[in-house]
Amino acid sequence: MNIINLTRDHDEDFVHRVEEESGQKVSLCYQCGNCTAGCPYTFAYDIPVSQIMRLVQMGQKKTVLSSKSIWLCATCESCTTRCPNNIDVACIMDVLRHMARREGLAAVPQVKTFWDSFLDSVRAHGRVFEMGLLINYVTKTGRFWTDMDLGPKILPKGKLALKPHDIQGKEHVARIFERFDRESNS
Amino acid sequence: MRIGVFVCHCGSNIEGTVDTAAVAKATLEFPEVVYATDTMYACSEPGQDGIIQAIKEKNLTGVVVASCTPRMHEPTFRKAVERAGLNRFMFEMANIREHVSWIGKNREANTNKSLDLVRIAVEKLRRDAPLIPSKFSVNKRVMIIGGGVAGIQAALDCADGGLQVVLVERESTIGGKMAKLDKTFPTVDCSSCILGPKMVDVAQHPNITLHAYSEVDSIGGYVGNFQVKVKKKATYVDWELCTGCGACIEKCPSKKNPDAFNEKIGPCTSINIPFPQAIPKKAYIDATTCRQFVKGKCGVCAKVCPTGAIRYDMTDEIVTEDVGAIVAATGYDLFDIKKIPEYGSGTYPDVITGLQYERLLSASGPTGGHIKRPSDGKEPKNIVFIQCVGSRDKSLDRPYCSGFCCMYTAKQTILTKDHIPDSQSYVFYMDIRSPGKMYDEFTRRAMEEYGARYIRGRVAMVYPKGDKLMVRGADTLAGTQVEIEADLVVLAAGAEAAKGAPQLAEKLRISYDKYGFFMESHPKLKPVETNTAGVYLAGSCQGPKDIPQSVGQGSAAAAKVLALFSKDMLESDPQISRVDIKRCVGCGKCIMTCPFKAIKEVEFRGQKKAEVIETVCQGCGICTSTCPQGAIQLSHFTDNQILAEVNALCQS
Amino acid sequence: MSEAIAYYPGCSGLGTSKEYDTSTRAVCAALGLSLVDIPDWSCCGSTPAHTKDHTLSAALSARNLQLVSDMGLKAAATPCPSCLTNLRTANHRIEGDAFKAKVNKLLDDPYGGDVNAISVLQALVETVGLDTIASAVRTPLKGLKVACYYGCIMNRPPELMAFDDCENPMAMDNILTALGATVVPFPLKVECCGASYGIPRPDVVAKLSGKLLEAAAGLDADMIAVACPLCQMNLDLRQGQINRAMGTSYRTPVPYFTQLMGVALNIPDAEIGFGQLNVDPRPVLSKALSGAD
Repeated sequence: MNIINLTRDHDEDFVHRVEEESGQKVSLCYQCGNCTAGCPYTFAYDIPVSQIMRLVQMGQKKTVLSSKSIWLCATCESCTTRCPNNIDVACIMDVLRHMARREGLAAVPQVKTFWDSFLDSVRAHGRVFEMGLLINYVTKTGRFWTDMDLGPKILPKGKLALKPHDIQGKEHVARIFERFDRESNS
Repeated sequence: MRIGVFVCHCGSNIEGTVDTAAVAKATLEFPEVVYATDTMYACSEPGQDGIIQAIKEKNLTGVVVASCTPRMHEPTFRKAVERAGLNRFMFEMANIREHVSWIGKNREANTNKSLDLVRIAVEKLRRDAPLIPSKFSVNKRVMIIGGGVAGIQAALDCADGGLQVVLVERESTIGGKMAKLDKTFPTVDCSSCILGPKMVDVAQHPNITLHAYSEVDSIGGYVGNFQVKVKKKATYVDWELCTGCGACIEKCPSKKNPDAFNEKIGPCTSINIPFPQAIPKKAYIDATTCRQFVKGKCGVCAKVCPTGAIRYDMTDEIVTEDVGAIVAATGYDLFDIKKIPEYGSGTYPDVITGLQYERLLSASGPTGGHIKRPSDGKEPKNIVFIQCVGSRDKSLDRPYCSGFCCMYTAKQTILTKDHIPDSQSYVFYMDIRSPGKMYDEFTRRAMEEYGARYIRGRVAMVYPKGDKLMVRGADTLAGTQVEIEADLVVLAAGAEAAKGAPQLAEKLRISYDKYGFFMESHPKLKPVETNTAGVYLAGSCQGPKDIPQSVGQGSAAAAKVLALFSKDMLESDPQISRVDIKRCVGCGKCIMTCPFKAIKEVEFRGQKKAEVIETVCQGCGICTSTCPQGAIQLSHFTDNQILAEVNALCQS
Repeated sequence: MSEAIAYYPGCSGLGTSKEYDTSTRAVCAALGLSLVDIPDWSCCGSTPAHTKDHTLSAALSARNLQLVSDMGLKAAATPCPSCLTNLRTANHRIEGDAFKAKVNKLLDDPYGGDVNAISVLQALVETVGLDTIASAVRTPLKGLKVACYYGCIMNRPPELMAFDDCENPMAMDNILTALGATVVPFPLKVECCGASYGIPRPDVVAKLSGKLLEAAAGLDADMIAVACPLCQMNLDLRQGQINRAMGTSYRTPVPYFTQLMGVALNIPDAEIGFGQLNVDPRPVLSKALSGAD
């Protein structure tokens, strides 16, 4: 097990960044565990959310941003709703994902790929094109078996459109993404 | 006038950021200042001796001390100048600690500001006049409001000390929350066995008058001479005749009312005596459920009462009690667990409060001391206790620790094991708070000897699954989510201010905090005093307390009352309003605005004038700012003095 | 007829939750709630956007809110809780001037922040009202036992969503009761179904949605009424996957609450769209309704 040297390995700048980007004060957390108790995803996490909060307090940037948990949080808001100290924990999990992306980290790559495929679809068509998204995801991950079983259930019902619903203002939507990319890189 | 100025270092508290020697030196330039010095601790014995010596040697007629807040040491220095032969009101204080050194770091700016504050104090002192307090007699009777264990202790100690005591209790019996408990920590002795004899002592003490089923209606007067109107609520039973035989309770046909004494987990009759050891052991009728009142016919109790004590036409009665001091001992209430819907209280009958659980444990409770769950009467095997329900929770505006829940939960796990040997208790806790004699050892015993499984973490939700309750919590030490299939869930509901506490505080003219707990005069040094002379506190009305703390405070409040009553005459504070009769036009505006009813109308040579009742005036000054003529002036804070202070500040 | 509300169907309304869209439109029309389509609306960005960046997410939502403002309307209703959360979060964050400036920097047409977003569910209970709904019932759902499942974000966090109770919401329960159905007290009303992890982590959805199916079955519910396209997809379309992963054999219909409203209001079958669901509710429904006679 890793031994943490608290004088040397406490990244205070990381703590400040999390607080600034989330608008939350992490020192409010007194580790009651209510977030972990209510989190439906605890079983799938490598680090329970209350410990993510603890590790943020301790300035453990690398451990936190390399965790799988931050990619498995569904923002279901049970932590935020029930936190006795009114901390928006789900927002902190969101911000940690943003930071992990900037560091080039994604401990559950297929989740990031799925989300990226989704946004690519929105960028291209203005609305999400479900079939295209699925194909894009499968191509990128090589997980060709994904939801193969659902095809016979859904295709005959005509619910999964085979061509995108492009909107007239799709260039406008694309420009939102372009400007965002420029702002992020500047 | 010959003024001396003493600038205190307060160790490094002031000297750290104020050049006290420079302040002292500069004040010598102020008018009528003839002596100035800095001093290490003005409040210490050598510090006070230095002031006294200077008064004598330099023939000073007034003194300014620049140090801390007057709340801390004004009385100290007033006594010191009095010992040197000056009138105690020929003294002023400049607060250069709380108002300067503790809030600013810039030494130069702090030094300048300190000098300004001393300049103001000197200008006020130059306009001070000697004031002489007048004396008045004391009515050596005391009223205790609240007959829980704190009020009982205060009443008994005062009565044993020879005072006449009036004890006012809202419910039909004294005993408070302690009477509802089964056993008490950390000794696990029976609550009613140790409280019962004290309750009997109250009933039998020749010096104690008990008004049960009564509430304080209004309070007038002042220290030494309060008039309290007490509303004796209609019990519909003549207690002079009631023998407490219980025949009426046996025959009452309205049997299914939620029993408040049993925390509503059992039924009771409309005419009732809450429990066998009740003091007074007298029956009363709940008119909201009694058939005679609700339907207009029944009359069974009147028929069966062997002494003919039933009085359906009884009305509330107001009695006036004259007392010299009042002790508030009104206790606490429980946090409403329905405010946490995710725990299912109110929806699932097997989610109960710790106090309800006490009633299930108690031999005098609705189950005769057998633990049965409310839903189906089955004996529970897996019992989950959740702590900090409505405590340490900012999201519910209850950020404070209720203090005693950790201990009573540990006690309840021990009692559970005694009652049901094959049961398993689980306790969800955040921190175990057990800082009392034998307290921590007690919680360890719950775990080590009685096998209670303690889980460090909160619970997110409780929901039904079959006939079980699923408790989903966290074990933060193991770093995981945990689930328990419980038969019964006991919530350690936190303590809140008693219902109606703020309203009573306003009647008593004492302060209360944002949660409704009464404010003590000083958090450390005056824990049972209030800022209103003659009004004292005991027990949980000031903040959550366990039994030993409450009893200690009851005795402490009694000691304060006995000390107050040790004098036959009290001195009134001369810092009160006075009317300049020549200027007063008798408009009566001051009479209307005075919050203490301390001004009355008098006739003077055929003209209406205002007159201040010395003993009632609290010196708040509202009348002086209301008077259109400037005819009413607050001694020691006259308009001239305040204007001189403002001038001094503007000139600097 | 109440004041018109802009209608934001959300991307899934054009595909995987078509029947939610058609039944919503039909029910609102029947109850006199005037929904006006937003011309050329775009995707709100859903979960993927806010997990990438809050400004980007708000900009994608704000484009649509500004379109509503251009229509001269003050409120938009959406059937989808995920869209709703994004629209409301954008509004909330835009109250901060610095954030608003950053968002408007990404947009062609800056958004002023003056359009409220609510759910269709909220519009039905607050604008239309339960009494109106009850009096419009033509085929009471007597004999039908329903568990109402709201999903995790319809009401949470309460400060943001500002609708109904965050732990025990009742809006859908009350509607179904008004329709004549028997609503079972469903303790997992606001538990998460697995959300958008169906594709990248089907094991997660199997476990979480499996729990919901188990709880509903434990209460003898005939079906689970839902208000979220993602919940519906996980519970219905993936029910086979769940059964395989959990070793169960549920065949629980999971209709949208608007579809059940459609039945009670005698909306034509084509607009109700039961045939679009994986587990067809009609056999269970007709059995329950006939048993009541």
